[in-house]
Amino acid sequence: MTRLSVRKTYKLYIGGAFPRSESGRSYVVASSKGEFVANAARASRKDARDAVSAARKAFAGWSGATPYNRGQILYRVAEMLEGRRAQFAEEIGGGKKAAAEQVDAAVDRLVWYAGWSDKIASVHGSANPVAGPYFNLSTPEPSGVVAVVAPSDPFLGLISVIAPVIVTGNTCVVVCSSPMAAITFGEVLATSDLPGGVVNLLTGFQKELVPGLAAHMDVNGLDLTGVDDPELALKAEQDAAENLKRVIRPVAEDWTAEPGLERMTRFLETKTVWHPVGI
Amino acid sequence: MVSTVTTSLADVASSNAALRAFLHGLPGVDRVGADQRAAMLGTRSIKTTAKAQAIDLAISMVDLTTLEGADTPGKVRAMSTKAMHPGEGAPRVAAVCVYPDLVHVAVETLKGSGVKVASVSTAFPSGRSSLEVKVSDTALAVAAGADEIDMVIDRGAFLSGDYLKVYEEIVAVKAACGDAHLKVILETGELATYDNVRRASWLAMIAGGDFIKTSTGKVQPAATLPVTLIMLEAVRDFRATTGTQIGVKPAGGIRTTKDAIKMLVLVNETVGDDWLSPDWFRLGASTLLNDLLMQRQKLTTGRYAGPDYFTLD
Repeated sequence: MTRLSVRKTYKLYIGGAFPRSESGRSYVVASSKGEFVANAARASRKDARDAVSAARKAFAGWSGATPYNRGQILYRVAEMLEGRRAQFAEEIGGGKKAAAEQVDAAVDRLVWYAGWSDKIASVHGSANPVAGPYFNLSTPEPSGVVAVVAPSDPFLGLISVIAPVIVTGNTCVVVCSSPMAAITFGEVLATSDLPGGVVNLLTGFQKELVPGLAAHMDVNGLDLTGVDDPELALKAEQDAAENLKRVIRPVAEDWTAEPGLERMTRFLETKTVWHPVGI
Repeated sequence: MVSTVTTSLADVASSNAALRAFLHGLPGVDRVGADQRAAMLGTRSIKTTAKAQAIDLAISMVDLTTLEGADTPGKVRAMSTKAMHPGEGAPRVAAVCVYPDLVHVAVETLKGSGVKVASVSTAFPSGRSSLEVKVSDTALAVAAGADEIDMVIDRGAFLSGDYLKVYEEIVAVKAACGDAHLKVILETGELATYDNVRRASWLAMIAGGDFIKTSTGKVQPAATLPVTLIMLEAVRDFRATTGTQIGVKPAGGIRTTKDAIKMLVLVNETVGDDWLSPDWFRLGASTLLNDLLMQRQKLTTGRYAGPDYFTLD
């Protein structure tokens, strides 16, 4: 007996749930050869706004969790991804071997960042020598809600922009240009103890979503890595200045290279505490 | 429905039996129909200039409320100041609503501003006390300078069928109000059925309430759309019967601009323009005001604002 095909509906991932776009719109995702692959939800500005509220709501809990706990959860995300390697390799497409290698690299990247959760403060913070009887300590603190424009390709890029933002305690709203793997990654996040709202995934068009997020006064950081239109990026950077968002400019990165600390430290703020000696 | 009611309403409260006969003679509410109509009206899309007007109207209808055990004079002063100047270019709100012992603080702060001072009374929120206590509670608030009194009905008496007791309490409190407006809180979340909401609305109007109000805000569900719809129909029918216009105040659970605009659509479609003013329709709320201001800012600046940019209350 032939089975009816059960196709997956690609929706958004906001606040731990998978809603359709508030606008009811969708768009067609085509393969590199132009064939129909799937319909994806086309997020609207209101979806972006809702995602920011969800991220803001999740921030207190996530930034307040111990770094050790955040590391454990990120490691758990890697575990869940590991179990679904075949599915991701298929959704990424392209050469089979290359796709499989990319998923492996993505898992390794998550584990790499998971390890940093309780070490970044030691490396990026400091005990400062001061001219007085004080302990003077600088510690990094998360900025808040970060809007991330993920690179459309490869999948490793998506993981490499999300992981460094959340490992330090930020929450994020991610504009994903390649919807299928991104939303399936949302399923991984939803099943890996990550509190709802810490990562929110929007699929849709950059020119529709980026300006609203860049101008949003409740967004504290903006990662423009995946923006492909230079004018859009410029305008976004200017809008971001209104409330002094921390910004990563669009860059062409070699995602296979060792990431370094830059992506983590860009969305950290430094708190310095003076404490009198001998009390 | 009005034809059976046109006999003088003065007689209906002559005895509990008469009152009961009248209230139970009111036509029943079609629950499914009321839910559907409220849901249908809730889907109206209000955009751009209409939205801007709706937001300003909603702000001017807000009864800014703080009814916590932890209320302090400082909090009431801060809230009253916000009531006068909610935001740049925004209209002032209709009233502030506080507990009786804090009325004097609000009165001092709001003197000459046009913002009214409302006070809850009659052993709010449960209403479980003697009539004597309820009347003196009201007198306390009126003496302190309250312009409006929000009383609660005795739901226990209402649900056990002792309508005359509820009626007489409202009459007594109304007498204690003097010049102050009386809003009667039905606490619809405890009335169990829509039929009861309709009966309680009529009971409150016959007894002399100037406003009927859905809820205390302490019980869930509070001001739902269908309940507000039924109360609006009641005031519409009451005016058709007696010529007296009564105001409506949904309170509790109205948190977003969207909720508020849905309420305004409901008013416009059910009772029309006559009620679209702060004199006849109020929104009892605390967190709603900040959301209205946030939406207002979005419309004027094009940027979504964050909660950091508005005062906490």
